[in-house]
Amino acid sequence: MSKLTNLFNQKNARVLNVYCTAGFPQLNSTLEIMESLQANGADIIELGMPYSDPLADGEVIQSSSLVALENGMTIEVLFEQLANMRKTIHIPVILMGYMNPILQYGFERFCKAAKEVGVDGLILPDLPLFEFETIYGAAINENGLDFIFLVTPETSEERLKKLDNLSSGFLYAVSSSATTGKDKDFSKVALYLKKLKAFGLKNPFLVGFGIKDKESFNAVNEYANGAIIGSAYIKALSSGSDVNAITKTFLESILK
Amino acid sequence: MQLFDKTAEYQQPNEEGYYGEFGGAYIPEMLFGNVEELKHQYLEIMNDPDFQIEFHALLRDYVGRPTPLFYAERLSKEIGTTVYLKREDLCHTGAHKINNTIGQILLAQRLGKTKIIAETGAGQHGVATATVCALKGMECVVYMGEKDIERQAPNVARMKLLGAKVVPATSGSKTLKDATNEAIRAWINEPDTTHYIIGSVVGPHPYPDMVAKFQSVISDEIRKQLKEKTGSELPTHVVACVGGGSNAAGAFYHFLNEPTVDLVAVEAAGHGVHSGMSAATTQLGTTGILHGSKSILMQTKDGQVVEPHSISAGLDYPGIGPLHAYLFKSGRGTFTSATDEEALEWASHLSKIEGIIPALETAHAFAVLPKMNFKPTDVVVVCLSGRGDKDLATYMSNIKM
Repeated sequence: MSKLTNLFNQKNARVLNVYCTAGFPQLNSTLEIMESLQANGADIIELGMPYSDPLADGEVIQSSSLVALENGMTIEVLFEQLANMRKTIHIPVILMGYMNPILQYGFERFCKAAKEVGVDGLILPDLPLFEFETIYGAAINENGLDFIFLVTPETSEERLKKLDNLSSGFLYAVSSSATTGKDKDFSKVALYLKKLKAFGLKNPFLVGFGIKDKESFNAVNEYANGAIIGSAYIKALSSGSDVNAITKTFLESILK
Repeated sequence: MQLFDKTAEYQQPNEEGYYGEFGGAYIPEMLFGNVEELKHQYLEIMNDPDFQIEFHALLRDYVGRPTPLFYAERLSKEIGTTVYLKREDLCHTGAHKINNTIGQILLAQRLGKTKIIAETGAGQHGVATATVCALKGMECVVYMGEKDIERQAPNVARMKLLGAKVVPATSGSKTLKDATNEAIRAWINEPDTTHYIIGSVVGPHPYPDMVAKFQSVISDEIRKQLKEKTGSELPTHVVACVGGGSNAAGAFYHFLNEPTVDLVAVEAAGHGVHSGMSAATTQLGTTGILHGSKSILMQTKDGQVVEPHSISAGLDYPGIGPLHAYLFKSGRGTFTSATDEEALEWASHLSKIEGIIPALETAHAFAVLPKMNFKPTDVVVVCLSGRGDKDLATYMSNIKM
C-alpha cells in the first residue's frame, strides 16, 4: 500500500498538504523546510520543481521558482538533496512540476530516481490524459508512484470519472478555474465541493488554489478530505530568513 | 531532388494535434474545457458556408485582399533570378497578422465569447487583434513584454487608440514568451467568457492548425496570381521569415504537398547563431514543450527555456510552431537564418531598390536571397509579411541615413 493511501486510511479529514518550491528561498533550504513542515503538523509535502514557464502557477509561485532556478536548483540537484530524506521524513512526499524539464532529464529515469529516493507521487499539471495513457503512465505505474490528476468545476462528469480512475493517492480539486494564488468567491466553491463529495469518487480529494489561512482551510474541510496550501506559505517564507520559525508560526495559524 | 517523405501529412495534424512527433495539447486541466471546445468546433465553424462568406468578405473589403503579387524587377536582376513579392505589408494594419485575427474574432463570436485576449511581440498581432475587436465591439486585452512595449512604442499607441488595454508582462525576459505566459494565465482565470487569439502557429492543438488555415489565404492567392503571371501555379521557392511561424505557415500551406517547391524558412540569428544572442530555434533548439505544444525550443540541458535574442521583437521567441518543427525534422523545409546586421542592411537595401520599407522581421527573409544560389530559371516568391513603419525608430538609430 502506498504511503498516501495509508495516510488517508488513517486520517480522512483535515489532511494538510503544504507546497514549497525546491531550492527556495536558498538552494539548500529544501530538506530543512521539509523537516520543519513535518514537525509542525503537515501531513503531505508537495515539492515544486522550478520551471522557467510555469503556466498553471500565479505570480507568487512563479517568482519563487525563478529564485530557485537562480539558486541553481535542477532535477539532478533535487534528487541529490533528497537522497537521504527518508532518514528523517516519514510523511508522504509528492513532486509537482512541468513536463519539459522532466523530458530533458528523461521521463523513465525521472520516475526511477523519484522512486529510489522515496518519493510517493507526482503532480504534473501539463501532462495531458491522452499522453498519460499512451506514453508516460506506464513508467509512473511501473515505479509504484501515485499519480494525482487535477479536476476543476468545469471538468465533465464523464471526464471526472476517468481522471479519478486513473489517479491514485488522492485527487487534486482546483477550487475554481484559476491559476494559484487568486482569491475566490467561496459560495461557488462550496457548491462545487458539495457536488464533488456527493459524486462517489474512488479517491479522497484535496482542495487547492485559494486556501491561504485557517478560515479557508476550515471552510473547504466541510466537504473535502483536506487541502493544499501553496502561495500563502511561499509568501510567508519570503517574509524572513528563519524558515523553522516561519513554518511553525504559519502552520499554527492554520491548524490551531 | 527531394529526400522527404512525400506521403507525410503536413496540412492537417492528427486528431490529437500532432504533426509527426510535434504538437499535442500540453495544458493544465483548467484550460481543458476551452481548448476542447475549440478542438471540437473549429473545423465545423471554419467550414460553415456562412462563416466562409463573412470571412472572405471581410478579407476583401476590410483587409484589402487579395494582396498583390509583385514582380520585383531590380531585385530580380541583382539576385539573378525571378523574384516575386507577396505584399502582405499592404494588408490593413500593415502585416499578415490580421488574416488570422479576422478569422478568430468571427470564430469567437460563434462560440459566444465577449472578451478577447492576445499576446504580442512586435505589436503587429496586438494591433491586428485590437482592430478586429473594435470592428466587432468586443473588449480587448493585449499582453506585451515590458521590453517590447519600450521598443515598439508606435504599436502600443495604436492598440490604445483602438480601445485595447495593453498589459505589460514583467516576468522572465519580458518579451513575447512571457507575454504568452501571461495571456494563457489570464485565460485560465476567465475561461467562460474569453477567447484567446493566439497570433502564431504555436500553442496547444488546435491553435497551430487553426492559425495556419486562416493564414493559408496567402498561398492560395500566390498560386492563382502566379498562374496568371507565369502560366504555372508553382514557384521553385517560397521564402518567409519564421519566429513562431505564422506568415511562413500561410505562405507555405498550399505548397506543402508540392514536392518541387522548396520551402525556405528564415530564422533570426541575432548576433550570430552561436553568439549566445540568437533566436535561431531549429539550429540551437531541441525537442521540448512550451506554451502547450511539443516542438523544438531553445533550452538549457535542464529543460529551462532560454531567453532568445533578436533585434526584431516579432522573431524574438525561443520556440517554433509544431508544423515548422516537423518541416525541419522531416527535411521538407529548408531552414536558414539571418543576423540582426544582415536584416538591417536588407531593410535599407530593399527600401532603396524597390521602394518598399519592410518590417525588421520581413527583412530577415530578404537577407538570405544572395546566399541561396538560385538558378536564373527559378521563380522565387518572398512573403513580404509586414511594413517597416513600426521599426522606424530602430532604423533611425541603426542605419546610416
